[in-house]
Formats: sequence, structure tokens, C-alpha cells
Amino acid sequence: MHLHEFQAKQLFSDYGIPVPAGQMLDRSQAVDALVSALGGSAWVVKAQVHAGGRGKGGGVRRVEDEQGLREAVDALLGSRLVTKQTDTGGLPVNCVLVEQTVPIAREIYIGMLVDRAQERVAIMASSAGGMDIEEVATSDPDAILRERINPAVGLQAYQCRNLAFALGLEGKQTGAFSSLLTAAYRLMLECDASLLEINPLVVTEAGELLALDAKLDLDDNALFRHPQLAGLRDSRQEDARENAARQHGLNYIRLHGNIACMVNGAGLAMATMDLIKLHGGLPANFLDVGGGATADKVAEAFKLILSDPQVEAILVNIFGGIVRCDLIAEGILQAIAEVAVAVPVVVRLEGTNAEAGLALIRQSSLDVLTASDLTEAADKVVASLHAGRSK
Amino acid sequence: MSVLIDAGTRVICQGFTGAQGTFHSRQALDYGTRLVGGVTPGKGGQRHLDLPVFNTVAEAVASTAAEATMIYVPAAFAADAILEAAAAGIRLIVCITEGIPVLDMLRVKAVLRESESLLIGPNCPGIITPGACKIGIMPGPMHTPGHIGIVSRSGTLTYEAVFQTSRCGLGQSTCIGMGGDPVHGIGFIDCLRLFQDDSDTHGIVMIGEIGGNDEEQAAMFIRQQVSKPVVAYIAGVTAPSGKRMGHAGAIISGSQGTAEAKISALESAGVKVVRSPAEIGSGMLSVMKS
Repeated sequence: MHLHEFQAKQLFSDYGIPVPAGQMLDRSQAVDALVSALGGSAWVVKAQVHAGGRGKGGGVRRVEDEQGLREAVDALLGSRLVTKQTDTGGLPVNCVLVEQTVPIAREIYIGMLVDRAQERVAIMASSAGGMDIEEVATSDPDAILRERINPAVGLQAYQCRNLAFALGLEGKQTGAFSSLLTAAYRLMLECDASLLEINPLVVTEAGELLALDAKLDLDDNALFRHPQLAGLRDSRQEDARENAARQHGLNYIRLHGNIACMVNGAGLAMATMDLIKLHGGLPANFLDVGGGATADKVAEAFKLILSDPQVEAILVNIFGGIVRCDLIAEGILQAIAEVAVAVPVVVRLEGTNAEAGLALIRQSSLDVLTASDLTEAADKVVASLHAGRSK
Repeated sequence: MSVLIDAGTRVICQGFTGAQGTFHSRQALDYGTRLVGGVTPGKGGQRHLDLPVFNTVAEAVASTAAEATMIYVPAAFAADAILEAAAAGIRLIVCITEGIPVLDMLRVKAVLRESESLLIGPNCPGIITPGACKIGIMPGPMHTPGHIGIVSRSGTLTYEAVFQTSRCGLGQSTCIGMGGDPVHGIGFIDCLRLFQDDSDTHGIVMIGEIGGNDEEQAAMFIRQQVSKPVVAYIAGVTAPSGKRMGHAGAIISGSQGTAEAKISALESAGVKVVRSPAEIGSGMLSVMKS
């Protein structure tokens, strides 16, 4: 789960990580009140969306006076921000973060994440703050410093010093940097963060360290033990269909093709997308209906698929293991009748009682094609598309 | 022969009296697994499925000499269940539970590194030696005793591989679902080594997917230490970057973890990588014949 920058900075502040003086602003609040509460004479207005690349997308604006602040807030609030990480429709800007400007001496990159190969939380740091760290990692991998944390003993002081001196921090800054990293690691553990990124961490002209930006992702699997953090979810930043799917226990991700698929199991769902592509089609989505594949769940899955206007055909690919294929077939038929599916549907069933399941579908009055193996299924669904177009 | 489990393996179930534990314990018993008891804290002394229930894994081990466990406890308690099994000296811990927080798994793995226990999963279908022992949620009847070792990050794709290798007459020695989480127990390399050393395994199917670099590491290992034929399938060629595809571990981060990189690493190690999931069985058959 992604958090907004202003939410992450609130948590930073709670844990003692210094952040610029700032305040979140949405439609319900007046700019005048914000200025008197926040103070200052020059500000940065930052669009709060779940995507990087906001600066280049015009979502971060420096203003020198109140008039400029009002104009920037008006321009951003209610707009949609397009960045290189969003699709062409962009994301809605429902609130902005207004911060006092800070005189910057240098910028540093700090990231903490789970290094899955090493099975450790890793800290990455670089003097190339403010840059796209992926680009730095590709063009100059040696410019990235790394420390891995043993979970048994936690982050050690020497690891903080290693990074501080390698980054060229001096005097009091090394101590401040160690405190900051220690606080960040504590936040990561206590909030079950999967990613904590400060890009840039700045050294101000006065020599203070300040988290100018903040990115925080939480582990969805751990939200059960953080009900307050779970409440920070901003579903307006997420795909409406993906949200609806989650509420029905389905795992859906929209792609850009026109052949939808409905599959049990995440690996087989991905494989089905790849199979459609391999046979000359383009997959419209990833959709895992899970192990149960009950009639209700399948009906919800059909509704979800058909809410995408690009969908011109559907491939249902179910491997019945412990749940028998004849039961699944009944569920599929019931769902198709209930939802009134108007595009071609190809069903491939395999596993326990597969023949009985396919027979049920063939005998039904509904116009559903069946396939007994993956290749036939893919060929049929791609062909149904062409048949539909030539009508 | 087989790897890790056989007809003699003594198995217990953690979360024994719960709905999942009960259902899959019954299935395991029906398959012939030598299930010798189970653990549900607070229900020790009762009997369930005509087997003894214990309060702790340590008691279960002392009383039954169990050497393997299957864990069906909810995600919030699963890390603790794994650690309890390791502390009790269980040799093989199979954790089916999905949704364990990743930081919990980092702590678990740090402890397991110091232990003799081997973990399969979490978020996996389990392990089966056809006709002998089933520890997990896979449907038993489609498996056939034979000579192909299967290792996979995905549940239903394992079933595809099993079904196809059964249909073309090859059968399976042992099938291991290593699970879809980013931090997990047994990996491709461990399984490849086991299959390489098992005289009853004549060929190996490995099924990977986007995310991480386990497949790339496996490719290096195959190049150096695996002489048996390997057929691979990698899911997620069409998966977009930055999106988690169902499994917590199935995500392309920037340019890291793409299917193309994994396919090319495996091909350069001499592995036959089939592009269609329909060709796992036929691919293995053609390699075995040549």
C-alpha cells in the first residue's frame, strides 16, 4: 500500500526524522489560514499523488508570494497529474502539501527496502540525491552505498558511520545522520514498511539534515496488525476496478489488450496472459479468482471483466484440483446467464472431473465455446475475435 | 527413491483442528501420508481424525517421533509456528499459509539459517512424492509415480506440469512448490541439487515467474552442477512493471526481475525453456528422448 508524501512525513515527524515545516491542504481549507498557521514567505506546493516523477510532470511548484501560492494551489487541486509513472489519464490531485522553502547545500539519496536475495533489510545511499536511483544504479552502480541489517541485532552504529563518512558528512551531521537512520529503521519495523525512501535527504545551508521528500510503502500482508495505518489508504489514487476486485476477494490488474482472462491461481493467470500473446492476441487483464472459484465469485469476475469497454472476448482457464470441474462449470454457466455476457467466451477446464464439466457446458443453451487444452483454448479465443469483427 | 519425503515420513499438522488443517489432513490420510498427529494449542489430549492432538510441537515430536510438519495456521501466527517447529527439531517444515508479513519472514530466515530444519514455502502448495506421501494442498490423484522432479514458484502451474508429465507417461519423482513469496524457504538451487543427487529423478521441470533473481542464480548453478536435462517455463512475459501479479514476490522492479532476463539466463545455461505453458510435458518428453 502506498502512502502520500504528507502521510509519510507525518510518520517521519512522529519518529523524529526532521522534515520541512509544512501542511496538507485540500478543498476544505483556505490558503489564508494555512499561511498564518505555517508562516514563511516562499513555499513549495506539491501535488499529492501515488506516483513519482511529479517535478517533471509539473506537480511541484515553487512560489515566492501569497498570490503565487493561491494560483499554484488553484491550478493543482482538482486537476489530474500525468507523470512518467502514471498512464495518460494521470492521477487526481485531491490535496497538496505546502512547505516552506529550504536553502539547500547538497542532496543525498537514502532508501530502505527488503533485499529479497540477501533476506535482509538493506539501506542504499548515494551522493546523487534527487536523481532517479534506478538510473544511477544502471549508469554508475558503484555510486550506490549499501548496508544490510541483521534482523537479530538491528541497525548498528558502525553501519550508520560507514554510510555517513562515505557520503562525506562532517561534524555534527554524522551524529544527526545516525539518529535519522536509526529512526527510519525503527519506523520501518514498527509500521511494517516494505519501502522507505528519502530522495532527496538535504543538507541545508545551515548544515541541518532534512527529509525533503518521503516515500513510504507498507506491506499489505501486515496491515491486519496496523488498523490505523490501514485507514490511510487513499483508494481515489487506485484503479477503481482493482479496488472493486479486492473487495470481492479477486486479484485483478488491468492491461491494455482486448482478450480478458479469468483464471485460478496467480502463476497460471500470468501464464494465460502470456499464452494469449503467444497466439497473436493481447491480454486485457490479469485476474486470479483463487482456489474456490464459486458461482458468486465467477459472476463478480465476469462483471469486472465486462466493465472494461475494451474487452471483446473472454478466456476462462480453470485447473480444477480439489474443487471439481463439474461444480466449477455449473458456476460458470450460472454466472454467464446472470451477467448476460455478450462477447464470445471460451472455457478451458482441466483436472478433476474435467470431462463432466466440459460436457455440462456443451449441453447448455448458452453460446460458450469449450477447449480441452491450453493451445486449443488460446487459438479459439483469438479466432473468436476475428470472427466477431468480420460480422 | 525420491527427495525429502517418502512413504515412511512421519508427519504432523500444525493448526490440526482448524477447518483448513482438518480438510487437508483428511486428504493427506486418504492419500496414504503417514500422519501421526497434530498440534492445536489448548486442545492437547483430545483426539482428532482418530489421531492424537498435542499442545506443542515439542510434545508431538516427543510422542510421535514426527520429522515433518505441515502448517495451516493463519498468517498472523504462521511465523511463530515455523519457529516452534524448528525449535522442536522438525527436519522438514512445510508452510502452506499465505500472507505472512515479509519482515516476519526475515526474522524466521535468520533463525533457520542457524538450524538444521528445512522450510518449504510459505504461500505454497507443499510437497508430494506420488504414491507415497503428500504434504500440502495439491490434488493427489493426478500425480503418477515416475522420474521427473518438479519445482515451482506457482501452485496451479505446478498442477499443469504434473498433469502434462503424467499424461505423456513420464510421471514424477517428487514435486516441490516453493511458494510465491519474496522471502521463502527452499529455493530452486536447493531443489536442483536434491534432484541431481536423486537416482530416481531422470529429468527436472522448473517453473519460475517474474520478480527477484532466483531463476538467474539457478541458471548459474545448472551450468556448473546439473547434468540431468532441465525444462523450464517462466510466467509473466506480458506482466507490466511495478505491479504485483497476485503473488507477493511476482513483481518487476524497474528493470529487475523480468521474464526475458530469466529466460535468456536459463537458455544460455543449456536449459530448454518452453514459451507456452502447454508445452511443459511435451518439452520434457522430447528432451528425455534425445
